[in-house]
Amino acid sequence: MREEIIVSGRMNHLIDPQLHIWNWQIPLYLFLGGLAAGILFFAALYTIMHKEKEYPTAVRLAPFITPVLLALGLLALFIDLHHKLYFWRLYTTLRLQSPMSWGAWTLMIVTPLSLIWCALNIKYLFPRWDWKYKWLFQLEAFFRKQQLPLAWLMLISSLILGVYTGILLSAFNARPLWNTSILGPLFLTSGLSTGAAAIVLMSKNAAERMTFARIDLMLIGIELFLIIHMFMGFLASTQVHIDAASLFLGGPYTVPFWLFVVTLGLAIPALLEILEIRKFYMPPFIAPILVIIGGLIFRFIMVYAGQASRWLY
Amino acid sequence: MRYAMAVDTHKCVGCSDCVVACQTENNVPIGYCRDWVVEVTDGTYPNLEAEIRSERCNHCENSPCVRCCPTGASHYAEGGVVLVTPEKCIGCGACIASCPYDARYPHPDGYVDKCTFCLENRVKKGLNPACVSVCPTKCMYFGDLDDPNSPVSKVLKNRKYKTLIPEAGTNPQLYFLI
Repeated sequence: MREEIIVSGRMNHLIDPQLHIWNWQIPLYLFLGGLAAGILFFAALYTIMHKEKEYPTAVRLAPFITPVLLALGLLALFIDLHHKLYFWRLYTTLRLQSPMSWGAWTLMIVTPLSLIWCALNIKYLFPRWDWKYKWLFQLEAFFRKQQLPLAWLMLISSLILGVYTGILLSAFNARPLWNTSILGPLFLTSGLSTGAAAIVLMSKNAAERMTFARIDLMLIGIELFLIIHMFMGFLASTQVHIDAASLFLGGPYTVPFWLFVVTLGLAIPALLEILEIRKFYMPPFIAPILVIIGGLIFRFIMVYAGQASRWLY
Repeated sequence: MRYAMAVDTHKCVGCSDCVVACQTENNVPIGYCRDWVVEVTDGTYPNLEAEIRSERCNHCENSPCVRCCPTGASHYAEGGVVLVTPEKCIGCGACIASCPYDARYPHPDGYVDKCTFCLENRVKKGLNPACVSVCPTKCMYFGDLDDPNSPVSKVLKNRKYKTLIPEAGTNPQLYFLI
């Protein structure tokens, strides 16, 4: 038997008895960032493919919520900072080794892009919109001419944003649960899936809803594959990784993860989408709402469980 | 130059003087500590073996905290000592989450704080870190590993030692004599 105790006493705030430096702000931000990335990705993709007419919700309507999502996410990040007045230090340097640094810069690109995208599509939402000032008309004309390059930039930067939400965590080798390179693709897939679900929720066009239900079904399949892959990797790895996996395989996060994320957030919406594609009537909002809530719970579980996983000491 | 510290687990009695000395020397806020003492008990009664360690930041050569810091507030200073510049720190917690030793904490003033090896306030004046100077059993050795005559180089030459979680790949510079 081996027992290790700190005999001098140590109760550092947010560190002991177990690390809990990151609370609701970080998972909420990871969720909002992933959702915004998903919506912007599809908007850019179908613009590049010249399918604006077939998928008006994805290209024109859904992006309107992304500046709000990103602003809320950034607000959550700001609330999380302990030394708030120095936040501008993020933008005095670019440190490629720190995912948080290049992620902050990615947000600096994606957020204005999402606003420009809304401005270009504002007449879809408000047909009688008037820019009033001449320079605003000129600015709009300038960006409209550059719409295709903008779409490419948005496609790439939204993918970076989506994958970054996972890489942010996987860069921490001190937390074995996070320290898997699967987390980047997994969070990206989950973000795209929640984005597709949001488009299904907002769309009034049955054909568009069906396409995005199919896309979401495929993404859910990839997500399940990546989750199984993640656990296979953990269980075939070192003791600390086995311990990390056991948080979900009998440990305290077993029920929340397998019930809320895998069953309610992935398996049941997948089943509903299959039935919908097979022409059974399904209330169209159930599957996407489950996917979105599942994605949110997934971020929370990963952030909290990751802080509970540590090296043998 | 490469500053390092060695702690003799055979001599340490776990009195926690190092903890109090650090808190006093570095004005560590009440309720926090930059160093701490761990007691490890192995086996079942009556066949027990104990090890006592005074622990702190490992001033790793491959520091995850320096790598993860988005602003460059966490950096390598003279002799490889890992320090935080409060005016650059945004308090995001990335370094805290990245440390396998949980050696960092958020200072009540907002920035992240940790052991400095007393670099500015003592070592640069030719003194030992506060914890080393105060130890009643003289179980701690500090110095420059590049200098073969420094106390830490000498003791590491003659004794068996280990580091904590070397498999985390951090290359820690806090050695425990065993």
